[in-house]
Amino acid sequence: MAPEVEVQLIAVIVAAACALPGVFLVLRRMAMLSDAISHTVLLGIVLGYLLTRDLGSPLLFVGAVAMGVVTVALVELVTGTGLVREDAAIGLVFPVLFSIAVILISRFAGNVHLDVDSVLLGELVFAPFDRVRLLGLDLPRALLVGLVTLLANLLLIGLFYKELKLATFDAGLAAALGFAPALVHYGLMTMVSITAVGAFDAVGSILVIALMVAPPAAAYLLTDRLARMLLLSVLIGAASAIAGYWLAYWLDVSVAGAMATMSGVAFGLCYLFAPGRGLVAGAARRAHQRWEFAQQMLTLHLLNHEGTAEAIEECSPSRLSAHLRWPPAFAAEVVRRAEQGGLVQRRGELLTLTERGRRLAQEASLR
Amino acid sequence: MELLTALFADYTLRTVALGAALLGVVSGVLGCFAVLRRQALLGDAMSHAALPGIALAFMLTGQRDPLVLLLGAAAAAWLAALLVLGITGTSRIKEDSALALTLSVCFGFGLVLLSLLQKRPDAAQAGLKRFLFGQAAALVERDIVVMAALGLPALLCVALLWKHFKLLSFDPEYAASLGMPTGALSILLTTLIVMAIAIGLQSVGVVLMSAMLVAPAAAARQWTNRLSIMVLLAASFGALAGVSGALISATTRGFSTGPTVVLCMAAITLGSLLCAPERGLLWRWIRGRRQLAPVD
Repeated sequence: MAPEVEVQLIAVIVAAACALPGVFLVLRRMAMLSDAISHTVLLGIVLGYLLTRDLGSPLLFVGAVAMGVVTVALVELVTGTGLVREDAAIGLVFPVLFSIAVILISRFAGNVHLDVDSVLLGELVFAPFDRVRLLGLDLPRALLVGLVTLLANLLLIGLFYKELKLATFDAGLAAALGFAPALVHYGLMTMVSITAVGAFDAVGSILVIALMVAPPAAAYLLTDRLARMLLLSVLIGAASAIAGYWLAYWLDVSVAGAMATMSGVAFGLCYLFAPGRGLVAGAARRAHQRWEFAQQMLTLHLLNHEGTAEAIEECSPSRLSAHLRWPPAFAAEVVRRAEQGGLVQRRGELLTLTERGRRLAQEASLR
Repeated sequence: MELLTALFADYTLRTVALGAALLGVVSGVLGCFAVLRRQALLGDAMSHAALPGIALAFMLTGQRDPLVLLLGAAAAAWLAALLVLGITGTSRIKEDSALALTLSVCFGFGLVLLSLLQKRPDAAQAGLKRFLFGQAAALVERDIVVMAALGLPALLCVALLWKHFKLLSFDPEYAASLGMPTGALSILLTTLIVMAIAIGLQSVGVVLMSAMLVAPAAAARQWTNRLSIMVLLAASFGALAGVSGALISATTRGFSTGPTVVLCMAAITLGSLLCAPERGLLWRWIRGRRQLAPVD
């Protein structure tokens, strides 16, 4: 495979792997834990390296995953004392662990290939050069790691779909039915941690956050069903990854940064144009409701004065604006719409209700 | 002792210490309001979002004047805060997702801009990278002047609007019922927090700046129930951590300023959580023991 294709493939797989646990983070309102975890896994990697002095050792991976879970436990420990609130606890814990990691790197590991820039940015472009052989296939290591993470996430979510779903949407019921909430919580956090570590090498810690939160948040605006949200998140994540790659290619800029930007763009598009929940749909709905309501008012007004002596005075189109306190242009437009919709008809200088208009007015007055 | 004499004699050390102290005081004071209003993590999102602001300010003006860069940073951070509030206010996205989203996307965009700058032939981007983790040793007098120009008005503002901010932090509904313009006040308070972040960018960096808002306030909270004392304590804690961290970093190899300051601050916070009278964990433990002990 050509290196460019491999890079895109890695990006897509990493994006998909991140989006899956991200869905549960977003739904469980724990998105900021991804920020904490993706920073602190660095400390696990550094400690693992200082113990083994070998960047290829599996202990680094284990240490990083463990550190992610330790971060969550520490946040809960600090929150549990009741001395600070949870958001402040997150803000206290992860900068400290990250600081220790940065200092350890520059003190003791500055000469090895482990610098802070690549931690934040990742080195996706160089991923194809780091290769492993497996089953006679020559694969980039990042691709293999990404695939394993993705499959593990798929397997875990597939096996515990029911438990995760229940614990996410109704924690109380889940506990009452005997699904240990703590077990689900820490299981999920381990999954997030493994994913962050797996993706970390290729795309850097900041992109891990973007890929874990932006696609699920975008998908959350598109659907109410968990299964659909999972699928949409994976698709949006993959699309942002590819779009980001090409943006970076054309502008010759940081690939990880461009992917994070594109995932933000994807969210922005959903935020604006999502059917039903987007800003545009909301504005259109409000505008529609405004006309509907005004037409209802008009029919009620006509019903009120129907057949009375002052009907000529009250129900002429030219006087409506004064009686209903509408600006003349608005009143004219309401009458036009109501006529078009068959709610009222004009008889000379008099507006009268049609059968449909009368029914609408009666229904509205009963409500 | 040697360090103390050096502090007064050495120009660089004095500048560094002054800058770090200024940062500590301003972020300590404003952090109290951020923590009390449950906006601890908004600071994190805002400080990450400052990165594209710095890069854009440099791209548009071509200047490396600290005032220009920090104003760019402040503008971007302020927009990010509005973005978070806008997203949570107009859609069903919750605050945590909006924060993580804004933080990572803005930071990613900042990295894109930085890598664009890197291609410039004059290699003028050198010096922008230090905003990631801060480099107190590179502070010069001009930086301090800019920091003071941003920080002192912010402190003055807090002093003048003390009652308003206090009520806004503890009981916003009551403040609104008294006819206070709560919307405008919270925007002003957010703006002041943005100023504190801008001040810290050069010495602590965008990645760790949020800790300088949260930690002094969390530490100070343990010692007192009064806002005035809490603010004063937070300011002193912040200044202490800033100065000691900056000095260690400026004199020792391999200690970047941001992480060192954060670790100093963490030590103070840990001490406060453990030892503060009444609330501290040690006190609580002793009290528990005493209750268990048999009565003579």
